[in-house]
Amino acid sequence: MSDASHWSVFVNAALVNNFVLAYFLGICPFFGISAQLETAVRMGGAVSFVMLVASVCAYSINLLLDAVNAPYLRIISYILVIASTVQLVEMLMRKLSPTTFRAMGIYLPLITTNCAILGLALFQTNREYGFTQAIVYALGAGAGFALALVLMAGVREKLDLAEVPELVKGTAAALIVAGILSMGFMGFAGLGR
Amino acid sequence: MLGKEISTTDEFVKGLWRDNPVFVQVLGMCPALAVSNTAINALTMGLATTFVLLMSGICVSALRNFIPREARIVSFICIIASFVTAVDYLIMAISLELHRSLGAFIALIVVNCLILGRAEAFASKNTLGRSVLDALGMGVGFTVALLWIGVVREILGSGSLFGVNLFPDTFQTWTVMVLPSGGFFAMAMWLLLVNRLKQKETEAEKQIQEATP
Repeated sequence: MSDASHWSVFVNAALVNNFVLAYFLGICPFFGISAQLETAVRMGGAVSFVMLVASVCAYSINLLLDAVNAPYLRIISYILVIASTVQLVEMLMRKLSPTTFRAMGIYLPLITTNCAILGLALFQTNREYGFTQAIVYALGAGAGFALALVLMAGVREKLDLAEVPELVKGTAAALIVAGILSMGFMGFAGLGR
Repeated sequence: MLGKEISTTDEFVKGLWRDNPVFVQVLGMCPALAVSNTAINALTMGLATTFVLLMSGICVSALRNFIPREARIVSFICIIASFVTAVDYLIMAISLELHRSLGAFIALIVVNCLILGRAEAFASKNTLGRSVLDALGMGVGFTVALLWIGVVREILGSGSLFGVNLFPDTFQTWTVMVLPSGGFFAMAMWLLLVNRLKQKETEAEKQIQEATP
């Protein structure tokens, strides 16, 4: 088990090694859904929730796989559990909040292939986090993802009003903004461990 | 006969330029940015992805009449995950050092949208031969794109290429290029170049169309 304190695990996941801006995980929804502030907030919430559930699931699966000594099944079982979790969240959301569900559109099912979720599960296994550490890690990663998404959406809403050369519009502009954001987040280096 | 031959070559060539997975379709960005800090990492990642793309393409295409429609995504993911596990152990066997520098990103090939996208959009609807060509074309296109980004980042960020120093010691390295933000910038630069070339291409086509009434 890793001996990092809960606080440093959280800060590390949310700011220092932000999933989007330092590990490049979850880039597709990051660019795809960050055009509007409101959808960005919702997407951040959905991903954080799925991360939390997936982290708990991954922790228990890892215990099971260790018990039967079958680490080669890790990738395949993680991805299947994540896929079913996303399905569950999707059904819950359709029932509880149809408007949110519609606003998310294609991006909700796409959380399945969101590398951030699988990345979280794999990182927490590699770093041998304990149960509470894993949960804190998931919360931190979710918060970091939501933060990056919201920041990006805020910038892009303003960018819509600015005069951008035709050639740069779209993905290229988003990439440059993301690069600058990422440089900003480098300022957090040294905060956590 | 001739027409068919042209279209099979096209199946391969389209992945290289017209439908390049990274620069045109903007798929599989996570690995393209995350492991392209050196050329060798980028090359390994590209080859590993090509292998998974090819093998899963073959499997999905061969099994396309047996997989029930409702369970197809899950089946595709299982197939892909099996090959990714194989690649993970393969790279570990070849070079432990390389495996360490790529970290969890080899396992993350599973969630590369490019692979699931090709399985769903192409391999599940086309014959084995065409799927193989498509997978190879997309794989090579992906590898080349990754390599481009990797080469730029390594030359500017470390002053070397494939670990060989290119510049005298007085060269001031652009440390930012090895850092995460460098990935975004390098990718944006290539994207701008590709956009510009595409723009010229369509302009030229338009001129030809106008010239021939």
